[in-house]
Amino acid sequence: MSTLDTSPRLDDPDGLFEALVEAHRDLDADASRRLDARLVLLLANHIGSVAIVREAIAAARAAAGEKP
Amino acid sequence: MGTYTHPRYAIAPICDAGARHPIVIVGAGMVGLTAALDLARRGQRVVVLDDDDTVSVGSRAICISKRSLEIYARLGIGQRLLNKGVTWNTGKVFFRDRLVYEFNLLPEAGHEFPAFVNLQQYYLEQWLVEACAATKLVGLRWKNRVVSVDNRTDGVTLSVETPAQTYALTADWLLACDGAHSAVRESLGLEFTGKVFRDRFLIADIVMHADWPAERRFWFDPPFHAGGSALLHRQADDVWRLDFQLGWDADPDAERDPERVQARVQAMLGPHEKFEIEWVSVYTFRCRRLEKFRHGRIFFLGDAAHQVSPFGARGGNGGTQDADNLGWKLDAVLRGIAPDSLLDSYDAERIPAADENILNSTRSTDFITPKNDAARAYRDAVLELSAHYAFARPLVNSGRLSRPAVLRDSPLNTPDEERWDGGVPPGAPAVDAPVRHDGKDGWLLHHLEGFSLLLFGAPRELPRGLDVRAIFVSPTGEAGALHDYTGLAATRYAAAPGTVILLRPDQHVAARWRRFDPVAIEHARQNALALPTAMAKRMVG
Repeated sequence: MSTLDTSPRLDDPDGLFEALVEAHRDLDADASRRLDARLVLLLANHIGSVAIVREAIAAARAAAGEKP
Repeated sequence: MGTYTHPRYAIAPICDAGARHPIVIVGAGMVGLTAALDLARRGQRVVVLDDDDTVSVGSRAICISKRSLEIYARLGIGQRLLNKGVTWNTGKVFFRDRLVYEFNLLPEAGHEFPAFVNLQQYYLEQWLVEACAATKLVGLRWKNRVVSVDNRTDGVTLSVETPAQTYALTADWLLACDGAHSAVRESLGLEFTGKVFRDRFLIADIVMHADWPAERRFWFDPPFHAGGSALLHRQADDVWRLDFQLGWDADPDAERDPERVQARVQAMLGPHEKFEIEWVSVYTFRCRRLEKFRHGRIFFLGDAAHQVSPFGARGGNGGTQDADNLGWKLDAVLRGIAPDSLLDSYDAERIPAADENILNSTRSTDFITPKNDAARAYRDAVLELSAHYAFARPLVNSGRLSRPAVLRDSPLNTPDEERWDGGVPPGAPAVDAPVRHDGKDGWLLHHLEGFSLLLFGAPRELPRGLDVRAIFVSPTGEAGALHDYTGLAATRYAAAPGTVILLRPDQHVAARWRRFDPVAIEHARQNALALPTAMAKRMVG
């Protein structure tokens, strides 16, 4: 079984960041939130493993000091 | 009013105040009546107390699942429900003005009953009352209200109020089937654990002579009810059940206003449909259960034990399975062929089943009624994606419809020792198949009775001492065997010649083997009765 890979893997980190920010151009807070949700769902399906997404959720919470 | 006239049942005077009865059931709703009929058909005398004198009023349980229909077929009213009910297999989910998801619950042929029929609860209850009366073993006491319960180790004594008097009666065993506001539960001071959803829904039953298909339709944020959800089901007598999500801040009294309801319904159906409103109510719902369903000599069934939201048809069908589960066990204990500890398996089997219903129902309700802005964003994101991408459609949750409980971890199961690819594992309910018997086409489940043994292969002599009903199932249809003329029975049970399946009186699989072994069969039967199995070897062979 695979686990969440948190090593640096992106071929174009600056390009990714720019694309994410640009995607929210002219969206209000609600629309922005829905866009992020659609993005998460598309990527989760691409990953195809709920277990890995759960690991990512835990890692995301932990990175900002949220309780598991 | 309307399409159905409620019977008023006669209130008989009480002539046996202080008497003791083996079984008393509180609540003549669908679950209490199902339990009464099941027990009576096993030969048990039952007293049923109900605080009203008629059947269910208003729009309650409407979707009767395939498993419930099979249970009612065992109890003799399955065909009647099928004939009167509206058969449906297809569900459609709409987001705004487009269809985003469609499911077919029973794409498979070769079953007596469809995935669901829709029928108003009052018909089911009326026919259960009639069937109970026909057994002459069920004493139905209308306008008998339980006012107090004394739960002792040697019996349960009730104080019961009738229009004429207040009297006491004592039960060896008490079945509390008296609904979400169970008087028995309140008397015992038992609490539910779970959650209440902050939302309100409007239910309207309307009469409409429209040629719409018999399918479940669910809308998220439709043009006719922006921001909310709506649900449509067809019932018998051209009655249609509509649900509208109103939100927590809605005023229930204002929402019941006939003109307001009329306008909502007209918007849903379009300006040209003619209809009459038959019933309106506004409700909230809960997903919760008691910690335990058995309390000494008292058992809780149906809504008295657990409650779910209506999305998924898991309330009435869950309660029907409670009755199906407890009936044979109580009968076996009363006959002295099983120990009292068999009754503990009601908790071991039905609590996980209730949890499965609560989990599914909670998830559906969390989707339909998002509990915060983030949940709403994800819900809307799923719906937006579902219009374009197939992967998002299984995430759309408008209710996961009732499936029969598989009692996987039941202590009454004898686990597989051989390798099985598929089939019907221990704990699962028997699966139906078409069979021919004495030249007549019929159904496998109709041949089950008590503990039954399906033996795949040609009929032969069995050793004495096996206390089971032996049913041979063969592809060639020799005399004395059920003719599996389509091969579906063998396929569905993953059976080869020699395969043996032991079924309990509630038609759940107790054990299965690849070859006939009478000692193993007797062991498994005794295990399913919570008997110590050490004696099996001596009794057989």
